[in-house]
Amino acid sequence: MANDDIRGTTSNARARGVDAPSGDALVSVRKLRVTFRLDRSTTFEAVKGISFDIPRNRTVALVGESGSGKSVTSLAMLGLLPPENSIVDPSSQIVYGGRNLVGLPVSELRALRGADISMIFQEPMTSLNPVFTVGWQLEEVLRLHVGMTGRAARKRSIEVLREVGIPEPERRIDAYPSQLSGGQQQRVMIAMAIACEPKLLIADEPTTALDVTIQKQILDLIADLQKRRHMSVLFITHDLAVVGEIADYVVVMRNGEIREQGPAKSVFEAPQDTYTKALLRCRPQLDRRPVRLPVIDDYIHGTGPKHTEERRRGVRPSDPIVLDVKNLGKSFYSREGLFGKREFKAVKDVSFQLPKGKTLGLVGESGSGKTTVGLTLMRLHEATSGEAIFEGRDLLSMSPKAFMAYKRRIQIIFQNPYASLNPRFTVGQVLVEPMQIHGIGDSSQTRTDMAFELLDKVGLPEVSFYKYPHEFSGGQRQRIAIARCLTMKPDILICDESVSALDVSVQAQVLNLLQDLQDEFGLSYIFISHDLAVVKYISDEVMVMNEGQIVEIANSDEIYRHPKMPYTRKLLASIPKGWHGAAKRANDGSR
Amino acid sequence: MATHAAALQERRAPVAREIPHTVSPGLWTLAWRRLRSDRVGMVSLVIVALFIVMMILSGAGLIASDWNREVGVNYAPPSFLGGETAAGASAARSGLPATETAPQGAEYKSNVADPIGDVIEKLKAGEAGGKGAKTDRGESQPAAAPPATSESSEESVDPLASVMADIRAGKGVEAEVKPIERKATLPFGGDKWGRDVVKKTIKGSETSIFVGLASAALATFLGTLFGAVAGYFGKWVDDVFNWFYSVFSSVPYLLLILAVAAVLQQKGVITVILILGLTGWTGVFRLLRAEYLKHKGREYVQAADAVGASNARRMFLHIFPNVSHVVLVQLSILVVGFIKAEVILSFLGFGVPVDVVSWGSMLNEAQNELILGKWWQLVAATVAMAVLVTAFSLFTDALRDALDPKLKGRAGA
Repeated sequence: MANDDIRGTTSNARARGVDAPSGDALVSVRKLRVTFRLDRSTTFEAVKGISFDIPRNRTVALVGESGSGKSVTSLAMLGLLPPENSIVDPSSQIVYGGRNLVGLPVSELRALRGADISMIFQEPMTSLNPVFTVGWQLEEVLRLHVGMTGRAARKRSIEVLREVGIPEPERRIDAYPSQLSGGQQQRVMIAMAIACEPKLLIADEPTTALDVTIQKQILDLIADLQKRRHMSVLFITHDLAVVGEIADYVVVMRNGEIREQGPAKSVFEAPQDTYTKALLRCRPQLDRRPVRLPVIDDYIHGTGPKHTEERRRGVRPSDPIVLDVKNLGKSFYSREGLFGKREFKAVKDVSFQLPKGKTLGLVGESGSGKTTVGLTLMRLHEATSGEAIFEGRDLLSMSPKAFMAYKRRIQIIFQNPYASLNPRFTVGQVLVEPMQIHGIGDSSQTRTDMAFELLDKVGLPEVSFYKYPHEFSGGQRQRIAIARCLTMKPDILICDESVSALDVSVQAQVLNLLQDLQDEFGLSYIFISHDLAVVKYISDEVMVMNEGQIVEIANSDEIYRHPKMPYTRKLLASIPKGWHGAAKRANDGSR
Repeated sequence: MATHAAALQERRAPVAREIPHTVSPGLWTLAWRRLRSDRVGMVSLVIVALFIVMMILSGAGLIASDWNREVGVNYAPPSFLGGETAAGASAARSGLPATETAPQGAEYKSNVADPIGDVIEKLKAGEAGGKGAKTDRGESQPAAAPPATSESSEESVDPLASVMADIRAGKGVEAEVKPIERKATLPFGGDKWGRDVVKKTIKGSETSIFVGLASAALATFLGTLFGAVAGYFGKWVDDVFNWFYSVFSSVPYLLLILAVAAVLQQKGVITVILILGLTGWTGVFRLLRAEYLKHKGREYVQAADAVGASNARRMFLHIFPNVSHVVLVQLSILVVGFIKAEVILSFLGFGVPVDVVSWGSMLNEAQNELILGKWWQLVAATVAMAVLVTAFSLFTDALRDALDPKLKGRAGA
């Protein structure tokens, strides 16, 4: 009955010609409104009546930060929102092939999914079923939607796998997902999505979980498939730089509303909306290094970015050395058979020096051992070999008791601010605890005062002291984690992917904070990240790691301008260049 | 923690004046709010609370302290069956009009329709052989004073008879008056000795609930401690605890309880608590070990390590509050299980000693009474236990939902 009502209203709307979907679009979204029921009385409007078109044979990028409603929009298109707590407003329209998908019975939607509209998700590892072979999962898709079985399905599967660039598809078709690398798994996901020749491919952050070099390959693959298959692609991402190279149209969302939409050229070159402008500017760029990164608020309040002059970076031989790491090695052992052990060398013979008041950037792909270096220096993992000289003493060989005195001198900020704060502690307890442990401050009163001071320093209001971590956003939590480290007045701060989990605009704020603290207290940073643009911005010196070894170590400007090693060059070439990069490349090509 | 709280307390007062803001609600406050909106949970909580208040009052001797007094006639029927005598009740059961004046023995003889009349007759004959006094009393008018000889012979069967005799002897005149005061009916009937079943049930709740709570607390404490240590330290420590766990869980549960009961030898409430506590920790251990394994790798624990927190601090200050809801739910589940376990143990005769009443021992007595058609003791103990156990189980569900609201959604989906 409800469905009939809905269809009745939509047909009326169409008859009156109100907001009629344009004829040449593959999908027209009109006044899409999605509300979530949080508990008995409160609801949250995630998408507030948005309208946009996806033209045929084009790539549309849906860009927005976390909480912008971009993923909810894509799930609504497939009818995949959880029915028990989400409500798609009945007057919303998602028109595909002359039919409104809103309120369509589940059986009809299911026939569309996979065959006409298919989707690839962020995490290929969790989207593939680990107990079935790649071939089995591909053939299932073909069987369900095309009715293809047996040898024909297998032949088609091999074809599709070849098309997405899986080497030796005849052999890999019988592999289990765990036997493939992350990039190959994402390729298999794409193969499953395109196996039935869909008209529309929805890609929800398909490269966010991947390394920068693999991200590049997947982006190229999607762009290539889009052209060859004459599909439309809806590419959802939080990173404007990623879509610069592949999008024809860009839709920018914030808080459930569309801030700006239009052809990629106009959005990138002449953004009209302040938020879009801010998004484009606040990401660190490879060719510029302002003293402070612009943040969203600069644009929203109309003040414009401040302190845009260039900051000078680099290490001079005369700089005093605060930490001298020599021949650091770390092996992990796994049991093999009954008595055997297999050694895995995560870090091999790494030596570097950290100058005082400077930042050493540590870049590499996942599995390169960069995080292990950080954890070993903190003695959160015990090193297998090597030494780390700090104030004339080797931190790695001293007894745990003796190390306690040094523990507060080297601190670490973890990647995920949602996981690194104890959810049962108030912010006050989080900040006071380290001071108690190390006997900083002589009474609880002075400690509390210090905590208030630090909250102010990292830009959080005083009331935060009494709140729990879950009441803060990601960026605010990372500030709390930074404040916790500062309570111990460390000399060295290890930032392990500390800004990687944050939205672009928040990332800029935290980077500015780290920069201010270095200027004020002369802290030395070891900045670990896979994001080369961020590392370039914050580092004086950059160390590139691969498979546990140092590939190259040099001043940051030097390494980005004149990389010596082929691996470094490959890494740098994979950085998404954004619109400017793409435009420049197009110009270079025409010349 | 205490110092943290102190620090917060100190700071709270001056700041409260500056900023109109209080401490944010913590996990427990939020859980309580969710629990309060759960109607079934709140009703169960009230019922459980009533039982616990009853247990405390009874333990303090404020109610049901005179449960041992023989206030009614033997097997006095419940008042709501009308002012019938025990004989009348039997008659009513067999569908014949009650003859109040007819002697009990005669009633049975005249009642040919009673299918188990012969059995009862035999039983009565057997009783007559063992305890002459009882037969005498049975044949005499219920309201009449029993002959003085019945007092002394009663001593051989009732362990409390000597106590009662002392009381009667000490109070002189009462010794003569008391038997005359015995009532023909009691609010919910009387047992074999004419003790009030309601009071007996209250006294029995005291034992059963106390045993349930105390043994669940002991088992949860052991399980949590072992689980925390095994899960947190891992390696050989984990192996040792796992070995213990395997041994304990490989022996059939009842057999293990009987073995411990045999080793401890003496009967008593404390013994029952020890038996249940020492055998019941395995489930909690398994869960808590898994929780600690999971949590020790979390970043917040690594972060605590990085700021220099000791192992004990990380285990109990950092991880424990994050798994405490699991502990609480386990505790709640165990209480229900152990109340039932105590009943079973006492029913089988391995539980509390004869001079202590519990629901289990009441059910044990009811076995024999049922043949005589005296159902009230069985019903009283069963209803009390069923109400408490059901309420406690529903409360446990509500508690789990309140502490982990995500779980509810997942179960529903």
